[in-house]
Amino acid sequence: MAEILVLVDHVEGAVRKPTLELLTIARRLGEPSAVWCGPGSDGAVETLGMYGAGKVYVVDAPEINEYLVAPKADALAQIAETAAPAAVLITSSWEGKEIAARLSVRLGAGVLTDAVDVEAGPDGPVATQSVFGASWVTTSRVMHGVPLITVKPNAATPEPAPATPAVEQVSVKFSETPGARITGRTPRESTGRVELTEAAVVVAGGRGVGSAEGFRVLERLADKLGAAVGATRGATDLQYYPHEYQIGQTGKTVSPQLYIASGISGAIQHRAGMQTAKTIVAVNKDPNAPIFEMADFGIVGDLHKVLPQLIEEIDKRSG
Amino acid sequence: MKIVVCVKHVPEASDAKFADDYTVDRASIDGALSELDEYAIEQALRLTESGVDAEITHLTMGPAAATDAVRKALAMGGDKAVHVVDDALHGSDAPATALVLARAIERAGFDLVVCGMASGDATMSVVPAMLAERLGVPQVTFASHLSVADGMVRIRRDGDFASEQIEAPLPAVVSVTDQTGEARVPSFRGIMAAKKKPIEQWSLADLGVSPDEVGLAAAWTKVESATRRPPRQAGAIVTDEGEGGMQIAEFLVTQKFI
Ligand SMILES: Cc1cc2nc3c(=O)[nH]c(=O)nc-3n(C[C@H](O)[C@H](O)[C@H](O)COP(=O)(O)OP(=O)(O)OC[C@H]3O[C@@H](n4cnc5c(N)ncnc54)[C@H](O)[C@@H]3O)c2cc1C
Ligand SMILES: Nc1ncnc2c1ncn2[C@@H]1O[C@H](COP(=O)(O)O)[C@@H](O)[C@H]1O
Repeated sequence: MAEILVLVDHVEGAVRKPTLELLTIARRLGEPSAVWCGPGSDGAVETLGMYGAGKVYVVDAPEINEYLVAPKADALAQIAETAAPAAVLITSSWEGKEIAARLSVRLGAGVLTDAVDVEAGPDGPVATQSVFGASWVTTSRVMHGVPLITVKPNAATPEPAPATPAVEQVSVKFSETPGARITGRTPRESTGRVELTEAAVVVAGGRGVGSAEGFRVLERLADKLGAAVGATRGATDLQYYPHEYQIGQTGKTVSPQLYIASGISGAIQHRAGMQTAKTIVAVNKDPNAPIFEMADFGIVGDLHKVLPQLIEEIDKRSG
Repeated sequence: MKIVVCVKHVPEASDAKFADDYTVDRASIDGALSELDEYAIEQALRLTESGVDAEITHLTMGPAAATDAVRKALAMGGDKAVHVVDDALHGSDAPATALVLARAIERAGFDLVVCGMASGDATMSVVPAMLAERLGVPQVTFASHLSVADGMVRIRRDGDFASEQIEAPLPAVVSVTDQTGEARVPSFRGIMAAKKKPIEQWSLADLGVSPDEVGLAAAWTKVESATRRPPRQAGAIVTDEGEGGMQIAEFLVTQKFI
C-alpha cells in the first residue's frame, strides 16, 4: 500500500490531537507516515507510532522556525517527491492551508481545504466539505497530482493502531527565494481549558455579555461542563474576550456536540463558524434574535440571571 | 512603488449556491466586492496616506459583473484597475486563479501585492500563498497589523498559539485580516472620481495563458456532489419567568449533557 504523508502539528514537543485524527484517517487511505518539522521529535515518535505511523520523517533545521510557511512546504515537497505518497494530509489551520497551497503549485497537485471527512474512493480519496458558511455540503476529489487535503479538527476520533515507526532524518535543500522571517514570537497563555476547535462543548458569549467581567460567569459555566469558551466578533472587538477565541467567518470554526450561545444575536458571519454544532442552546433577551431560529432550546431572558441559575442548578445536580 | 490589490467579486453570502455544473453560481446571484478584500484595499490606501509613495492598482479576475468589484475599490481610492475577463476562465480552481493573477501582477508590475485573508465564497485562504510561490517572493500573510518602510514589509500575525512579528524584503505578497481596521465607505466624491479612473480589461491571450490551463475542464479538483444542508429547525423557545436557568439544566439532562 502506498504511503500517506501526515504533517505533524505540534506545540512545545507535544503532538496535537488533530494530528492523531489525521493518522486515523490516513489508515483508511494507505500506510501513514508522519512528517515532523522542527526540533523535539524524539519524545513524539512513540505517540505517532501508537496511532499507526509506520515511518516518521524528521526535518530538524533552523529554517523551520525562522521563516514562515515556505520551509515546511520545501520539506514536504522534497519528501513527497521521493516517497510518492497517495495523499498528503495536513491540519486545516492558517499555516496548514498555506503549506498545502505552496505544495499545490510546487507539485502540480490539486488541493482541497477544510475537509470535515475523508474516505477512500475508487479513484482516490473523497473529501467532504462544508461550504458557503456551512449551508452546503460537498464531496470532492483531486483530479491532478497527489491529493493534498487539509482536514479540520474533529473530523475523526483518534483510534490507536500501534506500530513501531522507522525514523528517517531528512536533510532538506531549502529554496533560495527570500523568505518571510519570524523576528519575534509571543506565545499565548494557556487557559487550561480544552482547545476551542477541539471542544465537545462550547460556551460562547456575545456583546450582550456586557463586559469582560461578564465573561467570568461564562468561564465558570464552561468549567462545570468541561467546555471551551468562545466569543463573537462583537464581543472581541470590545475586548470583552481575547480575539483568538472569536468564532465565525474570520475566527475559528467549531462543530461541538453542544453550543451554548449567550447574548449573541446570530449574525451570518458568526453562524458560519458554529452552525454545524449538534445541539444549540441560546439565551437572549430579544425574542426576535436570529439565533433562536437555529436553537434547539432557547430562553428569552437576561443572561445575567439565567446563567448563574444554570450554574447553581448544575452544582445541585452533581453535588 | 507599485501596489497591486487583489479583490474578488463574490455572490452575496446568504444566497450563495452551486450551478448545475457544481461551479459557484455567479450568474443568477447578485454579487459584490468580497467584504474581506475591503480590508486589503483599506490597508493599501492607509500605506499611501501614511507617506508611502505608491501607485495603487486593483486587480480582479472574474466574469463581466466583477467590474463592479474594482469599481467599488476605485471609489474607496487608488489609481486604476485591471479586470481579467475571459470565457475560458469559468470554473477555474485556486491554482488556475493564482496562475492568472500572477501573470497579471507581473504584467502590471509590483513591489507589494495586498490580498484579503480569504475570499467570501471559496474561503480557502490559499491564493496569497500560491501567488507568493508563483511570483517567487516572500509571503507575509494573515497580518493583523501591517507597515512598510525601508524596502521591508513588517506584520503581526496572531496565530493559534503565538503572536508573531514577521518581516520580509519587498517585493512581497501580503494578506490582511479583518483585525487591521475598518474599511472606509466610499464617499460621493470617491464614487464620482472612480468613474474617471481607468479599468483595463485583459484576456488570457494578453497574459500568455493558454485556455487549456484554466477553467472547469482543467481544474485539479472536482466537486462530485453538492447538497444544501437542511435548515436547522427551531426548537422550544421559552420566556424566562425566573426559572430559565433550571429549564436549561433540565434540557441538558434530557440530552445527556449533564
Ligand atoms: C468581514 C466581517 C467578518 C466578520 N466575522 C465575524 C466572525 O468571524 N465572528 C463573529 O461573531 N462576527 C463576525 N462579524 C461581525 C458580525 O457581523 C456581527 O456584528 C457580530 O457577530 C455580532 O456580535 P454579537 O452577536 O455579540 O452582537 P450583537 O449583534 O450586538 O448582539 C448582541 C445580542 O445580545 C443580546 N443581549 C443584550 N443584552 C443581553 C442580556 N443581558 N441577556 C441576554 N441577551 C442580551 C441582544 O438582544 C443581542 O441579540 C464579522 C463582520 C464582518 C463585516
Ligand atoms: N478571482 C480573484 N480575483 C482577485 N483576487 C482574488 C481572486 N480569488 C482570490 N483572490 C485574492 O486571494 C485572497 C484569498 O482568496 P482564497 O484563497 O480564494 O480564499 C482573496 O481575499 C483575494 O485577495
